Order: sequence, then structure tokens, then C-alpha cells
Amino acid sequence: MSNILELKKIGYSYHSLQGETLALQDISFGIKEGEFVAIVGPSGCGKSTLLSIIAGLLKPEAGTILVNNPDGSLHYPHIGYMLQRDHLFEWRTVYKNAILGLEINHMLTEERLAHVDQLFIDYNLEKFKNKRPSELSGGMKQRAALIRTLAMDPQLLLLDEPFSALDYQTRLMVSADICHLIRNAGKTMIIITHDLSEAISLADRIIVLSKRPATVKKEIPIQLTLQDDSPLAARNAPEFADYFKLLWEEMTNES
Amino acid sequence: MKADSQTLSNQEKFIQKHHRHHRQIFSARIILLLAFLALWEISSGLGLIDSFFFSSPSRVIMCIVKLWTENMLSLHIGVTLVETLVSFLLVFLISLLFSTLLWYSDKLSEILEPYLVLLNSLPKSALAPLFIVWLGTGFTTIVVAGISVALFGSIISFYTGFQQCDPEKITLIYTLGGTKKDAFRKVIFPSSIPIMISTTKVNIGLSLVGVIIGEFLAARRGLGYLIIYGSQVFQLDMVITSILLLCIISMGFYKGIQIAEQQIHKQLKA
Repeated sequence: MSNILELKKIGYSYHSLQGETLALQDISFGIKEGEFVAIVGPSGCGKSTLLSIIAGLLKPEAGTILVNNPDGSLHYPHIGYMLQRDHLFEWRTVYKNAILGLEINHMLTEERLAHVDQLFIDYNLEKFKNKRPSELSGGMKQRAALIRTLAMDPQLLLLDEPFSALDYQTRLMVSADICHLIRNAGKTMIIITHDLSEAISLADRIIVLSKRPATVKKEIPIQLTLQDDSPLAARNAPEFADYFKLLWEEMTNES
Repeated sequence: MKADSQTLSNQEKFIQKHHRHHRQIFSARIILLLAFLALWEISSGLGLIDSFFFSSPSRVIMCIVKLWTENMLSLHIGVTLVETLVSFLLVFLISLLFSTLLWYSDKLSEILEPYLVLLNSLPKSALAPLFIVWLGTGFTTIVVAGISVALFGSIISFYTGFQQCDPEKITLIYTLGGTKKDAFRKVIFPSSIPIMISTTKVNIGLSLVGVIIGEFLAARRGLGYLIIYGSQVFQLDMVITSILLLCIISMGFYKGIQIAEQQIHKQLKA
């Protein structure tokens, strides 16, 4: 499989009157189609900056991003971004929230709207279409936010510490649920997290970043023997503890 | 079943208590008003206060009837109402336009910030004599006076409201491929509606203040004129009548905006 995205020697600094802070340095890695990649690293190492650069919200100061779209271009609609919180707007119905991206991009075509309708049915949210976001549970809100992202039919999904606003128990359920849905939709995903067990249970490959200035410290492919597809299955896999130990050592040992 | 009827009666008790509370508040308000009017009437009747200076409810009613028979009552009230509503609407439109521009351009807002603060804290009644010299006496001057009192605070409130919007919500618009214009239309404006409504409530009162100041100085009609005229010819009944009419008008404005607010909320929930 070919890389749909390739980062080459990405560098980025923050500037203030006090001086320049190097956040990212020489970051290079590729993402294959259909792959789930987790990026972990010490807090404040620039994980979110990296994601913003991939999403095109920030321009890298050094290096290039190669995108292998069918038409060979980097278009924003091909990248879907899920923020830390769902940010569903209370002044819109759940359905109106879901079609926000289509509305902004003037893509309210019959075909797209039919796709959204199908997602509402698939995700068991049909009854809640005309409700306000506040009437939904945390998990349902995340599903609605996912529909909003998938409505634009992105190839690559970027998740920036998603679900971190949810309590731990809900978060276990929701993160497994959402990632399951993304996998079924055949998308590629990059997820940022500070939760090592979340990274191991969700990703095919983990990229460990060093502390600032962040560089790629290690890439760890994950292979788990799963009994079922429950949220806890990955955490019960025999390899889980070894991966956790490996990651823990990478994260804590700053040599 | 027994427990059911128990909870029902508790619920009924709660509702009864709720209604009783509201009846009590409402009747206490009415009683307070009537007691004030009665005390006023009696003390002026008994000569405890001089009704020439302090007037009395019966004199106020006579004054209203007199103005009514001279066909002046609706004229004065109408003029003040129209002037206030025109300046109120202009304040709303101008501050919406300006605060939007300030939000669009960070540079512009940074440049203008000290001037806005200065204009907001300036006592606008100090400007009224200038308006008369520039614009003459009459409708335009009074509307401008009404606008000047409310406008700058209103721009600052609107702009502050726009700025208080959650930046992540704006990022969301950008991640969906939107522009700054989309961010304004889809996030900033709808999320600022509550702040705009509460600012509007303050504005209508301030516009009335400005219009009355204008009428003091530059009018031949309106309740502000009536107050100044009455005090100059020592017809204090006329002054006090006008003040009471102003009370009723500002109450009416407040209620009007409250109804509009409910309508907007209903629209948003629909």
C-alpha cells in the first residue's frame, strides 16, 4: 500500500518577543492508506502543533508534506479534523450541526445529504436528528460530531486528544466505538493522545515523540491478539503489557 | 398506588405554593403603588406637603385630561416615542456594523480601542450644545443626542461579546474548510445573540435618556420639552405628569424587548 501522506523534515518554531521556541524538528514519517497511527509524547512537546500542520491550519517553517490524493493535491475536504470536544452548536439541531461542513462548502447536494441520512441511521441517531445537542449523551454527541466530519467524505481523519472531555468510563466506550466506526468507514486515522493504553488499544502503529523540540524518537508497530471487539479486549490482550512497558520506557527515558 | 397519590398531591402542593408566591408578589407590588398614591394624595389634601411644588395624583390626572383636551398629550408622547425608537434602531444597526468591522480587523480594533474607551466615558450631555449649533433644533439633533448616549457602550459590548466566543469553535469552522466570514456567520453571530439582547435592553433606556436631554435643550415638542417648559412657568403638575409618563414609557420599552427576546428564543428553538 502506498503512503497517502508523507511528512519530510517538518520543522516549526513559536515566536515571541522573548525569543524563538523550537517546537518541532526534522519530523519525518509516512501514513499508509487505512492505517491507524497514534502519536504520543510528553505534554507540551508539540503534538497538537504537528496535527495542525498536517491539517493545514499552520504552515510548517521547514520541510514539506506530500499528499497522495487521487488528484495529487492537498485539499482540506480530504482531511477531517476532530477536536478535543464535540463543539456541537446549541443553536442548531443535531442534524443542522451534522451538515455544517457541507453548508460552509456549498456542498448540500442530494447525494451528500443521503449519505448523512444513512450515517444517522447507521449510528442509531435518527430519532435525535431534530433534538438539541444538550439532549444527547456524551457518546451520542461524539457520534454526531463524527457524522459532521464524515459528511465531507475525508480520506484522512485527525483526532486531537478526542474524548478528553469525557469521564474515564464513558471515554473507554466512546473511543472504542468511534474508532470502530472510523475503521468500518474505511478511513485512515491519526490520533494524538497522552493516554498510552488508549494508543495501544486503538492504533496499528505508535509514533513516539521526544520532548521539545520534538523529533520522532521511535515507531512501534502494534499487533494484538484480540478475543472480541469489546472496548476492553485490547487491554486484555497478552501483548498489551509488553507494549505498555516498552512505551513507558521510551517516554520516561530521556537519553 | 398510595405512594402515587402521595407524590401527586405533593406536586399539587408545590404548584399551589408556586402560584401563591406569585400572587403574593404581584399583590404586594399593587398595594405598594396604591399606598404611595394614597399617601401622596392625602398628605397634599391635608396640606402636609405643598401641592403647588409636589403636585398630587388628582392634579396629575387633571393635567393629563387638560393635555388630552388640547390634543397635546398624544403629540408629546408620540414625538418622544418616535425619537427614542429611531435612535434605538440606529444605535443597534451602527453598533452591529462597527463591532463586526472591529472583529474582522484586529489592527483596526487595536488602533481604535483608546478612542472608543474615551468616547464611552465622555459625558454625552456635554456634547448636546454642540449638536444644536451644528444641526439646529429639532428631530435630527434629538435623535443624534439619543444615539450618542448609547452608541459607544453598545459597540464595546457587542465587540466584547464577539471576542468571548470559544476560539475552538472558530477553529472548528476552519477545520471544516470555512473562512473568517463563515466563522462570523455560523459561530460568532449566533453565539452572541444573548449578549446583544442584554445590551439592547440597556440601549433602549440610554436612548431615552439621550432623547430627553436633547428635548431639554432643542425641542418644541416631546416630554423633555414639557418638563423644561413646566419648570420654567412653574407648572410643576406638568413636570411631574411628564415624569410619570416617562416611567410608563420606559416600562413599556422594557416589556417590549422582553417579548421580542421570547420570540427570538422561540425562533431559535424551533
